Amino acid sequence: MSGDLRDGRIVIVGASLAGLRAAETLREKGFAGSLTLVGEDPRPPYDRPPLSKQVLLGRVPAEDTGLPLRRPVDAQWKLGVRATGLDPIEKRVLLANGEQLPFDRLLITTGTRARPWPNPAEAALDGVFTLRTSEDAGRIAERLDAGPRRVLVIGAGFTGSEIASACRERGLDVTVAERGPAPLVGALGGSFGALAAKLQRAHGVDLRCGVTVTALTGNGRLTGAELSDGSRIEADIAVVALGAIRNTEWLAESGLAAGPRGLACDAGCRAFNMYGIVTDDVFVAGDVARFPHPLFEYQLLSLEHWGNAVEQAEVAAHNMVSPGPLRRPHLAVPAFWSSQFGLNIKSVGVPTFSDQVVLAQGSPKEARLVAVYGYRGRVTAAVSVNQAKSLEYYQRLIETAAPFPPEPVGTDRPEPMTPVPSDVPDPAVLSHGPTVALTGHLPDRRLTLVRR
Amino acid sequence: MNIVVDLNRCQGYAQCAFLAPQVFEMHGEEALMYLPVPPEDQLERVRRAAAACPVQAILVGEEAGADVR
Ligand SMILES: Cc1cc2nc3c(=O)[nH]c(=O)nc-3n(C[C@H](O)[C@H](O)[C@H](O)COP(=O)(O)OP(=O)(O)OC[C@H]3O[C@@H](n4cnc5c(N)ncnc54)[C@H](O)[C@@H]3O)c2cc1C
Ligand code: SF4
Repeated sequence: MSGDLRDGRIVIVGASLAGLRAAETLREKGFAGSLTLVGEDPRPPYDRPPLSKQVLLGRVPAEDTGLPLRRPVDAQWKLGVRATGLDPIEKRVLLANGEQLPFDRLLITTGTRARPWPNPAEAALDGVFTLRTSEDAGRIAERLDAGPRRVLVIGAGFTGSEIASACRERGLDVTVAERGPAPLVGALGGSFGALAAKLQRAHGVDLRCGVTVTALTGNGRLTGAELSDGSRIEADIAVVALGAIRNTEWLAESGLAAGPRGLACDAGCRAFNMYGIVTDDVFVAGDVARFPHPLFEYQLLSLEHWGNAVEQAEVAAHNMVSPGPLRRPHLAVPAFWSSQFGLNIKSVGVPTFSDQVVLAQGSPKEARLVAVYGYRGRVTAAVSVNQAKSLEYYQRLIETAAPFPPEPVGTDRPEPMTPVPSDVPDPAVLSHGPTVALTGHLPDRRLTLVRR
Repeated sequence: MNIVVDLNRCQGYAQCAFLAPQVFEMHGEEALMYLPVPPEDQLERVRRAAAACPVQAILVGEEAGADVR
């Protein structure tokens, strides 16, 4: 392999899960040049999934979530400093402290941030939170320790539902407000959402669907909220869980194909510029990336999944130090987990890429099941509840585009197996983000012809 | 030493919860909950749990960026 790819200067912007795993992989593949990791968060990389689970339950302090290293990375860390721009011609990253970092190859792993409450004055009320960083989680956990009268969770996606679950487990009263018809519908569709709604109510959540929060009220301190159906809720804490915003603003002037749905790249994690031309020195991985997947009609996927951040970072790093013919595609089947209300929910494939869903194993009553999703007669996703061991089988069906509905397996199959519409809603009608989104083939911005 | 479990890979076999019950615990029937920073006196057990995990989902390692603090 060409010697120069193992040498030179690599800069990684975004020092979290994807950035760290990429740094390790670069060294593992023999990169011997200088490596710099830039991160806005002052903390070295930590793991986010425990923040809405162990940390909110009060079992793990928010600081005790640091990620373990796979191997030494021998990197220069620039933490607590934001990248504000990218000069693709001079090949420099501009930092908020005025510094400029020259690079030969750049990896962008700036992920997402929590969507804030739209009214800044209300968002500033004491007691109103979002959850993305360990600092956020620590502050919320502290408030939960103090025993609030009621917690309001706005948005019933995975994060919102996990927050509600932690509150109930602590014995706290909680109201969940969701504009869509049910929890989790953005990622799992309406049939599964109906199940999630029952589950929440059975655990004592005051679940309000089909409503929006029109105002957060209080005088310096949050005291409650007003809902679109005219009702009012008294609450000392509100956690805003309205989904994520991709951290691409710093790339606005870079000429890259960056926008609200992420930074578009090819299957080898190379970023596209705004003309749809692939770059060869700028790579992207993790929550901020938008990448084509052959199993889903080559539409660009935006995923907010731990597993994708790890796998895509590994592929990006490999490709950054490998010449063309040795480069690998990022083709992993999307997968994620969530644990809430004592259940282990796992997903493979893209459930929203579906027209039908069938209960393939188990039953909702036993709270143990596998739902399989299909699109135009082939299997595209499967979601298990307390039945993780079955998922590998369905993953193979997805990878081989097996016919839908699938052949019955196992002894616990329900009779009869009748597919129903998967009922995937338009994300625009939800409070929560879908965490897995098909974003079509088009760039975020329309091109305008510039004459010089 | 810190740990992280790849919960996509984990199938809830609970070997780890058996070998290091102070660090790994089943939450409900199948969801694994663990302490990302295990107490010092549990490290030997954690290593054994990591070795015994049938899907090799447990990563044990030095905390990332410990040198930059
Ligand atoms: C509460 C919570 C629970 C979750 N639970 C699960 C789960 O159960 N299962 C699952 O599969 N996934 C879960 N996830 C999602 C998972 O954590 C993410 O997919 C993962 O963190 C993505 O990693 P990343 O490195 O791509 O991005 P991020 O973790 O978002 O990291 C991006 C980093 O870039 C930094 N950054 C941003 N902009 C700049 C800039 N301009 N300059 C410098 N640095 C910048 C940020 O500070 C941040 O540290 C959860 C997420 C949260 C928040
Ligand atoms: S031993 Fe491995 S598979 Fe079993 S619960 Fe622990 S981490 Fe999961």
